[in-house]
Amino acid sequence: MQVNDNKDFQPLIVAFCCNWCSYAGADLSGTNRLNYPTNVKIIRVPCSCRVNPMFILRAFQRGADGVILCGCHPGDCHYTSGNYFTRRRMTLLFSMLDFLGIERDRTRVEWVSAAEGAKFAATMNEFTEAVRKLGPNRRLEDLRCRKQ
Amino acid sequence: MLKISLDKLDKLFEAISASQTLYIPVDREDGAAEYKKYENGMKLSSALNTLRSAKDFFFPQTENLVDFKMEGQNIEVIDVREESEDFVIFGVRACDARSFTILDKVFLAEPVDSYYKNRRDHGTVVTMACTRPTETCFCGTFGIDAAAPEGDAACYSDGESLFIEAHNEKGQKFIDSISSLLEDGDTAKLEAVRAKTREILKKLPLANLTTDNFGGDKLNEYFNSDKWGELSESCLGCGTCTFVCPTCQCYDIKDFNTGHGIKRFRCWDSCMYSDFTKMAHGNPRLTQLERFRQRFMHKLVYFPANNNGEFGCVGCGRCLAKCPISMNIVKVMKALEVK
Amino acid sequence: MQEAMINKAKQLLADGTVDRVIGWKRGEFAYDITPAVFETAEELEKEFVFDDFTAANVSKYLVKESKKEGKILAFLKPCDTYSFNQLTKEHRVVRENVYIVGIPGGPKLDAEKIKAKGITGILGVKNENYTLKIDTVYGEETMPFYEAILDKCATCKSKKHVVYDELIGDEGEVLDSNRFDMVEKLENMTAQERYDFWRGELSKCIRCNACRNVCPACTCEKCVFDNPNSGVENKAPADSFEENMFHIIRAFHVAGRCTDCGECSRVCPQHIPLHLLNRKFIKDINSLYGEYQAGEDTTSRAPLNDYKQDDCETTVVHERGVE
Repeated sequence: MQVNDNKDFQPLIVAFCCNWCSYAGADLSGTNRLNYPTNVKIIRVPCSCRVNPMFILRAFQRGADGVILCGCHPGDCHYTSGNYFTRRRMTLLFSMLDFLGIERDRTRVEWVSAAEGAKFAATMNEFTEAVRKLGPNRRLEDLRCRKQ
Repeated sequence: MLKISLDKLDKLFEAISASQTLYIPVDREDGAAEYKKYENGMKLSSALNTLRSAKDFFFPQTENLVDFKMEGQNIEVIDVREESEDFVIFGVRACDARSFTILDKVFLAEPVDSYYKNRRDHGTVVTMACTRPTETCFCGTFGIDAAAPEGDAACYSDGESLFIEAHNEKGQKFIDSISSLLEDGDTAKLEAVRAKTREILKKLPLANLTTDNFGGDKLNEYFNSDKWGELSESCLGCGTCTFVCPTCQCYDIKDFNTGHGIKRFRCWDSCMYSDFTKMAHGNPRLTQLERFRQRFMHKLVYFPANNNGEFGCVGCGRCLAKCPISMNIVKVMKALEVK
Repeated sequence: MQEAMINKAKQLLADGTVDRVIGWKRGEFAYDITPAVFETAEELEKEFVFDDFTAANVSKYLVKESKKEGKILAFLKPCDTYSFNQLTKEHRVVRENVYIVGIPGGPKLDAEKIKAKGITGILGVKNENYTLKIDTVYGEETMPFYEAILDKCATCKSKKHVVYDELIGDEGEVLDSNRFDMVEKLENMTAQERYDFWRGELSKCIRCNACRNVCPACTCEKCVFDNPNSGVENKAPADSFEENMFHIIRAFHVAGRCTDCGECSRVCPQHIPLHLLNRKFIKDINSLYGEYQAGEDTTSRAPLNDYKQDDCETTVVHERGVE
């Protein structure tokens, strides 16, 4: 088996973060001076439930190599139940992407609370590394958007 | 007439593809035929016609027109046009061959569409006479003889050999390029095959359909016909008929934002769609009835009105076979016709 | 059957129970049947048809028809009743304005399957003891009935009518179908094989939107793909990404609402097995959130509008099947 770690590859990671928990978690990791890769571009959403499957696909279209969705822990949703719906929706979406042969490790859902700055940084480090290993997104990319 | 034995077709295709790109209809796994770039070993489909029409070669479903690159305050305009390579489309049926004449009237009229013309100039159309027309065929309605197709060069099969003749200079050049493979042949058997095909054409269920009562001067009779409601009530508003049609030529031009520039492209449009010809004030055809009417009025009235009586249909029968609810131009003509 | 249906329709028209009838209309050939609305006994006599080719699901037309004045009689096959029920649940049809007569289902025939056998010039098709006698311009041909049935009928899930006002013929049962076999087969392939399979299929897409427009679950007034303000409006698949996006979103939007009527694949001019995408969702929902059949009732909560606190995490996708 050929081992290819794509060491030089800098993946573009899009992270959808809910306003109440995960975005605050990202903030906390910043104020705590924790490192997470600059590859991660955060998009703040009111609730993880706001993220519609189209957002995930569109991120891939515009050049993302991995998309991660962060929200409040189940039970802690600011809107009571938003993240429960997210969980079902994203499970089905990821399963469908897998069904179409898109690499599983390009997508992830992680629950990060406002107090978990360290978890946020660790998750982003880990996820970026996983996507780096996969290499550039080719199966779900829009060739027109590729930078020449 | 010059001929080549049918079991030497491989050699013929190899010879053509050695000098230019060759496209032939081949069978797909699901039984439908489609044009594919020839590679050694491919077998010519025996299907009557390809699922998608041959218009794709000259008028592709999507095509990039121009790129804009933005850097700061500057916009760079990039012309993406390239000289097309020479190519041959082999095995085009008579109906599709006629469709090019119709498309020419649209795209080669002033102002000439340079994208279309580029491909038209570089493409050689080699047609193939039909021997087994099917129930959905009605090319005869539009004066097309399936046993004597148009095109730059035409081929006829008598079951043993393939006969080739040129119709114009381009066709002659094509034949000259493969002349070493051809020999003179006796066409007696071929004439019998063609006569038989013409007999079959006469027996087809749609053989008696005529365009006598349609044309550019029938605008008011048909536009205001009370049949449109009934005809269009089950229309799903999908674009199947327009996208399999060899003569539908409406397109839309759109900008796609790539995040670092703009790609201006054109793509086929369908009059069946709710946003067809959408303008600043909105949509001129608000109901499916109006959109449905547009398609058939265009083919049977508006197009002949603007093109010396030429109809915008070639009777290939694709829409008859493919419409999800089986509503089609034949049913419309029969329901609408005022004798 | 056709006779019984015409008589029933005439009777209901005559006694004023209904004002209109939705059914199927004869075409030019044996197989080109169009859904149509009939208003008089004469029209019914002349053009109403019910045979092996009347496969079209007329439920979706009732979204519009049931909002018109008066009552409409709809002949629904078992699979159509599921679609109708789902539409009732979503308040897309006015139930009171529809008089439903349940009729036996398929298997129905697929003219494309007959043509794929190389049988051309079809003038007539007769079913004699499950052998099709096909009269063509080139003489008579035969083929086994079951080789020409629609894919959606070959994997029929139910012969039971879930909603009706009256029935013609006997009531059937929910079947133990093999409809997930192909989904399972794909799941057991490697990611690369699945990718190649779907690229091969979806690259055929001509974006005619027939799958969307025929779908009884797709009833948005304005589809996101038709809306210039959505940012994803497109009229043609300009890139392979757009083919994928359209079909993922199409299937996703009906996930939990799709009754698996199979119309999407039936109407696809390119024979793309689109129902497999929908079935993948149905299979996932069944296995992850409990058995659910959309359209079976009009009261239950749809799986994507529902949740349990102990639902599985999304990592379940990573943990099972073949990578």
